[in-house]
Amino acid sequence: MFYRETGQFKTNYAGDMAVFPILQDRIGIALILVVAFVLIPLLGSDFLLSSVMIPFLVFSLASIGLNILTGYTGLISLGTGAFMGVGAYACYKLTTLFPEVNIVVWIVTAGFFSAFVGVLFGLPSLRIKGFYLAVATLAAQFFLQWCFTRIPWLYNYNTSGAIEVGQRTLFGMNVTGPKASLEARYMVLLTLVTVLTWVASNLMHGRIGRSFMAVRDMDIAAELMGIDLLKTKLLAFAVSSFYAGVAGAAMMFLWYGGGEANDAFNINQSFLILFMVIIGGLGSMIGSFFGAAFISMLPTMLKFGLPALGIPLAGATAEHLTYILVGSLIIFFLIVEPHGLARLWQIGKQKLRMWPFPY
Amino acid sequence: MDILFKILIDPFLQMGAMPDLFVQTIWDGFVTGVLYALIALGFVLIFKASGVFNFAQGIMVVFAGLTLVGLYEMGLPAPLAVLVTLGVMFVLALAIERVVLRPLVNQPDIILFMATFGITYFLIGLGELIFGGNPKQMITDQLFLPRGAIEVKMLGGFVQFQKIDIAAAVIAVVMIVALAVFFQKTRIGRALRAVADSHKAALSVGISLNQIWVIVWFTAGIVALVTGIMWGARSDVSFGLQVIALKALPVLILGGFTSVPGAIVGGLIIGIGEKLGEFYWGPLVGGGIESWLAYCIALGFLLFRPQGLFGDKIIERI
Repeated sequence: MFYRETGQFKTNYAGDMAVFPILQDRIGIALILVVAFVLIPLLGSDFLLSSVMIPFLVFSLASIGLNILTGYTGLISLGTGAFMGVGAYACYKLTTLFPEVNIVVWIVTAGFFSAFVGVLFGLPSLRIKGFYLAVATLAAQFFLQWCFTRIPWLYNYNTSGAIEVGQRTLFGMNVTGPKASLEARYMVLLTLVTVLTWVASNLMHGRIGRSFMAVRDMDIAAELMGIDLLKTKLLAFAVSSFYAGVAGAAMMFLWYGGGEANDAFNINQSFLILFMVIIGGLGSMIGSFFGAAFISMLPTMLKFGLPALGIPLAGATAEHLTYILVGSLIIFFLIVEPHGLARLWQIGKQKLRMWPFPY
Repeated sequence: MDILFKILIDPFLQMGAMPDLFVQTIWDGFVTGVLYALIALGFVLIFKASGVFNFAQGIMVVFAGLTLVGLYEMGLPAPLAVLVTLGVMFVLALAIERVVLRPLVNQPDIILFMATFGITYFLIGLGELIFGGNPKQMITDQLFLPRGAIEVKMLGGFVQFQKIDIAAAVIAVVMIVALAVFFQKTRIGRALRAVADSHKAALSVGISLNQIWVIVWFTAGIVALVTGIMWGARSDVSFGLQVIALKALPVLILGGFTSVPGAIVGGLIIGIGEKLGEFYWGPLVGGGIESWLAYCIALGFLLFRPQGLFGDKIIERI
C-alpha cells in the first residue's frame, strides 16, 4: 500500500537507470543514513558500537570486496584474509614512516598496496578456473601469512611481533589508539564504508561492472565480444583486494587497535568472508551488507541472546553449540534460498508492492 | 653470487655429503605424502560421484578418529569400537545425503561447497561437545599397529624407519588397491563410475543417485577413518589435524580433482617436495616454509597444466 511506484514516471534515461528508481527506496536509504550517522552515535550504547556496528561495517567492506571478485566476476578467492592483512601492514608501515600524514589517508592508501599484491596473485586466474583457482589463492593466503610473521621489518621489529596502533588524530580528535572514543572510530569507519560503497555501486553499474559480469557468465564469450580478459580479471582482483585491504587496515586501526596477523588474518577469516558473500547473495551490493550483518552478529546474538531467552549456557558448551548452530544455519539458509538473503529481500519487496493483493 | 650458490648449489652439496640424511628426508616426505594422498582420496571420491567439492573431508578424518578413541574410552573393545565408528560414519553419510545434498541438488557448485562448510562447522561443534576439545592418544596397540623403529644401515649412515610409517604406507596401498577393485569390478563400482560420467545418463538407466551418494559418502567416511587412525597414530587425534587436511587441497589440484591415481602421485610429489624444501632450502629464509610451499608447487604445476596432472581435459565451448 505504501510501497508502490504508481504515478512515478521516468522522463529520461538517467532516471530509468537509477540505482534506486522508486521514491520509497530513496526515502528508505536516506532514513538508514540518518539513523547510521546521527542516531546511532548519539544514542547507541558502547556495546552496540563496539561489538555490533564496528565489526559489521568492517566485514561489510571486506565482503563488498570479495563480492566484486566472486559474485560479479565469478572468480573464487580464498585469500581475502591475507589481502586484508596486506592492507593492515601497509597502513602500519606507512603511518610509522610518515606519522604526520593523516591516518585516514593511509588507511585508504593501504588499499592500493593490497590491490597490487592482489594483482600479482590474480595472474594465475587467466589459466586456472573454478575450484582450481580457489586452491591457488590459498597459496596467497599461506604465503602472505608466513610473511607477516617471518619478516620482522613488516612489524617494525616489535618484540611482540604484532601491529601496535599509535595515537592518531583527525580534526583534532583521536581516531585510533587507546584514547580514541568509540564514536569517533565509528564515524570514520562509517564514512569510509559509505563512500566506498557508493564508489563500488557506481563501478558495478557502469561499463567496468558489466564487463565483470560478462566474464562471470562466460569468459570465452566475453572475450569474443571484445573484452580483454587479462585486463578485466586483473582489474577485478585489484578492486577486490583494494576493498579487502582497506577493510583490513580499518579492522586493525579502528576496531582491534592492534594485534597479531595469525589471529586476525588467517584462513578462517577468508572463509568467514566467503560465507558472508554467499549467504548474503552473490553479485549483490546489499547482499554483502546482509551477509556481513548475519555472520558477524550471529555469535554475539547467540552469546547474549540465548541466556536472555532463559537458556543458560556454560562457556565451553556455548562455544560448541555456537559452532553447531552456525553450521546448521548456513545449511538451512542455503537450502531455503541458495541465492542468498538479497534474493529473499527482493521477493519481500515484490510482495510488498502487491500487498494487500496476492498478484 | 653467494646467494645463488646458497640456493642452487649448496643444498645439493649437502644432499651429496650426507646421503643417509637425504634418504631419511625422502622417506619422511613419502610417508607424509601417503597420508596427504589418503585425505585427497576422500575428496576425489566425492567429487567424482557428486561433483561436490567436499571441504568437510578434513573434519571427517578428525571426527572419525575422535569417535573411535572416544568409544574405546567409554569401554568398548577396540574391534567393536571400529565397527561402531563405521556405523556412525554410515549414519553421517545418510544424514548428509538426506539433509544437505538432496535439497541442494542441481545448485551451482559453489553453493554445495559452502554447504560442506556448514557440515564442517557442525561437526567441529558436535565433536567438541561430545568428546571434548583436548587432543587424544590414538589406541595404536589395541588396533594391532606396530610401534618402534627399524634402523637400516645404508650409504654410510643409519636411516630410521618408524614401523607405524611402514604400516601406514602398506595400509594405504591395500586400501587404494581395494578401492580400485571396488570401482572396476563390482556392480556398485560400475554405477559409481556411471554417475561420475554423467548424472543424467546414469539416472536414465535406473541408477539411484541418492543411493550412490550415500555409498560414496560412506566410502569417503571409511577412508576418513583409516586416515584418522594413521594420522592419529603418528601424532595424536586433535582438531589441529583439520588444518593439515587443507594440505590435501594442493595435492588435489596437482593430481586433478577427478583422478584417483592423481591424488596418490600428487600426494607423493607434495609430501616429498615439501620435506626436501623445508629441510634444504627452508633455513635460507628463516624456516616454516612448509606452510605454503605445497601450494606454490601446485601453483607452478597448474600454470602448465590447468586441469592438474591427471585431470580430465577441460574443453570449453560457447
